[in-house]
Amino acid sequence: MHLHRYEKWWITFGIGSLVLFLIIVGIGAFHQGHQPPSSVKTINYEQVDKVTPFNEPGLTKVSGKDWDYELVVVASAFMYMPAEVEIPVGSTVKIIATTKDVVHGYGVTGTNINMMLEPGYISEYVTTMDKIGEYLVVCNEYCGTGHHTMKMMYKVVDVNE
Amino acid sequence: MASGKRNHKLQEEEQSLKGTLYAVFGIGIFVIASWFAVFSIFTDRF
Amino acid sequence: MNNSTLLRVDKRDARLVMAHMYVAFAALAIGGLMGLLQVFVRSGRFELPANIGYYQVLTVHGVMLGLVFTTFFILGFQAAAVSRTSGTFTAKQRLTSWIGFWIMLLGTVMSATMILLNEATVLYTFYAPLQAHWIFYLGLTFIVVGSWFVIFAHMAKYAQWRKENKGESSPLLTYMVVANSLMWFVATLGVAAEVLLQLLPWSLGFIERVDVAITRTLFWYFGHALVYFWLLPAYMAWYVVIPKVIGGKIFSDSLARLSFILFLLFSIPVGIHHQLTEPGITEFWKFVQVVLTFMVIIPSLMTAFSMFATFELRGRELGGKGLFGWFHKLPWGDARFTVPFIGMAAFIPAGAGGIINASHQMNQVIHNTIWVTGHFHLTVATTVLLTFFGIAYWLIPHLTGRVLTPQMNKLAIIQAFTWAFGMTIMSGAMHWAGLLGAPRRSSYSTYGDAAQAMEWIPYQIAQAVGGTILFLGIIFVLIIFVNLCWFAPKGDEEFPIGEVDKDAEQTPKILENWKVWITVLVALILVAYAVPIMDIINGGPLGSKGFKLW
Repeated sequence: MHLHRYEKWWITFGIGSLVLFLIIVGIGAFHQGHQPPSSVKTINYEQVDKVTPFNEPGLTKVSGKDWDYELVVVASAFMYMPAEVEIPVGSTVKIIATTKDVVHGYGVTGTNINMMLEPGYISEYVTTMDKIGEYLVVCNEYCGTGHHTMKMMYKVVDVNE
Repeated sequence: MASGKRNHKLQEEEQSLKGTLYAVFGIGIFVIASWFAVFSIFTDRF
Repeated sequence: MNNSTLLRVDKRDARLVMAHMYVAFAALAIGGLMGLLQVFVRSGRFELPANIGYYQVLTVHGVMLGLVFTTFFILGFQAAAVSRTSGTFTAKQRLTSWIGFWIMLLGTVMSATMILLNEATVLYTFYAPLQAHWIFYLGLTFIVVGSWFVIFAHMAKYAQWRKENKGESSPLLTYMVVANSLMWFVATLGVAAEVLLQLLPWSLGFIERVDVAITRTLFWYFGHALVYFWLLPAYMAWYVVIPKVIGGKIFSDSLARLSFILFLLFSIPVGIHHQLTEPGITEFWKFVQVVLTFMVIIPSLMTAFSMFATFELRGRELGGKGLFGWFHKLPWGDARFTVPFIGMAAFIPAGAGGIINASHQMNQVIHNTIWVTGHFHLTVATTVLLTFFGIAYWLIPHLTGRVLTPQMNKLAIIQAFTWAFGMTIMSGAMHWAGLLGAPRRSSYSTYGDAAQAMEWIPYQIAQAVGGTILFLGIIFVLIIFVNLCWFAPKGDEEFPIGEVDKDAEQTPKILENWKVWITVLVALILVAYAVPIMDIINGGPLGSKGFKLW
């Protein structure tokens, strides 16, 4: 099949750019650990309230782990538990979340924390919260009439102040 | 001789697609710029 | 030219195609109106009258435009394309098409009724465990099954052509229809499995629980191919119709076919890039599908070159000089060219956005934000839609025995610029607000006057302004449609089919060897999906009961 010389240049340039993008995200994901939230842990969604750690939603300090805090979140129509959380700036936090009913979203505005919560599955994400501020969490997957009222607030604060 | 003529024709043909070459590379540069713009947002946020 | 190739679509086939067009444009009118209501509500300056919910309106908008308008328009256009390039349908083929049409229409009425009764406010993606009325799911099944009848009729015509023209390369347009139909068939098997094996029996109470991750994975196995099912008919017009409209030649028959084969192969094994932030699928398999997704960009890169090359060669033939002089020589006064051209231009930011969306972890920046809505209002609601309008402006008069008058041609061009203007505002605002975290598919909310949510509101007002301009565009196109159906002067409107340059090389036979491509396609699907689906089935949690939270 004959390709015009310029088309060869273009396809080479185009495929080259795509390969570059893939290398950048691939290194970020597999070498630096910036993977999208992909936990495969499961749970009985009807028993969420009775199972550790979801029986006690909230922020807990942990030791001996790669992160400083665990933030356990339980979503249900149309709220998150806890509704508000205060996090010392600079801490590495593992967010562990699930839903008690339908699919919910979990998007923390202004951050890369953005994951789906699906019944029967636990969603997890680890990040270092290095910027002070108030971050609104919204449900970004349609879950019913009250979907747009579903929210939570992160307050990343400087504890020394 | 035949091949010389062919080359000449090829050159002519390629001359006439110069605008296309610039246009598609313009698109490519736009794509790369947009991609890196969002990538920098990703790296900036936690 | 082959003698079975008619210059005019047969009257009986024309009636069949027009039946599809009436449904499509009725859906466009309803869906467009719903879109207007949505942007008003989300601006915070307007409330829906009693008992009508935002999400019900949103469901109607998505189903009418994303499923009904597109499917009916595409199958109608493809019927016309096959009839025009491979010859009039036989009585049996036409009957099969009509049966398919009526089944789809029945399905549409069933699903629409349930949505209007507020029994199916589940949006057009109908994610479990939100559970709609079983009639809604059965209606969707009918739409899919009906579409199978229609594409089987088209493929039967192609098979007949091949038999009657042994050894010849099939008409390009028919070939493209076959590629798109095959892709549609293989992709819809996924959604058929989701609905028939899970959602329908579940909504009827035959089974108590469904695995949510399986339903979503099957949906997106279909869902990404769906967007290519929308796009490929637009590419058909770009490759085959536009060259003729501007008086040029098809740049390369072989490259056109090759790009369609690449779309056939890479549109399906990529659905997980819609599920990048979901639990239940490992990072490795997500990345595999990200790589496959990037493969499907290649045929679009080829298409961009072919389009510009067609334009430049023609523009130079008309005396265009210098680097871009040819650009001014193109027939900008002809709606059949200008309207789809604006659609093509929109595909540049649309494609750039798409690459960003599919870039693995970068998806977290925009996932389920209104950026995504902005993205597909460029792809399907501008690139595809304007190309479809551009098709309608010659196809409908061709079928109704009328002509596109200079006044209507002018209105069509005004329509396209109106659309481009409104969409720049609306989609632009959606992209920016999305980067600021504004969620998609959400009614107006200040989230307890949260500072970040207040930042989104000016963008939401901009969306309402853009959306209102777009609705004006819908009114224009409906005026043209009605004119072309019933009021335009009688005459002969051409069905433009581009020709390949007579010196062009022979098209390689391998491109028409479907057995090879179907084998490769099945292999790719198995590579991309076998392990992730087995993982979900083996490691899956207790399934979900249905919820009705609206």
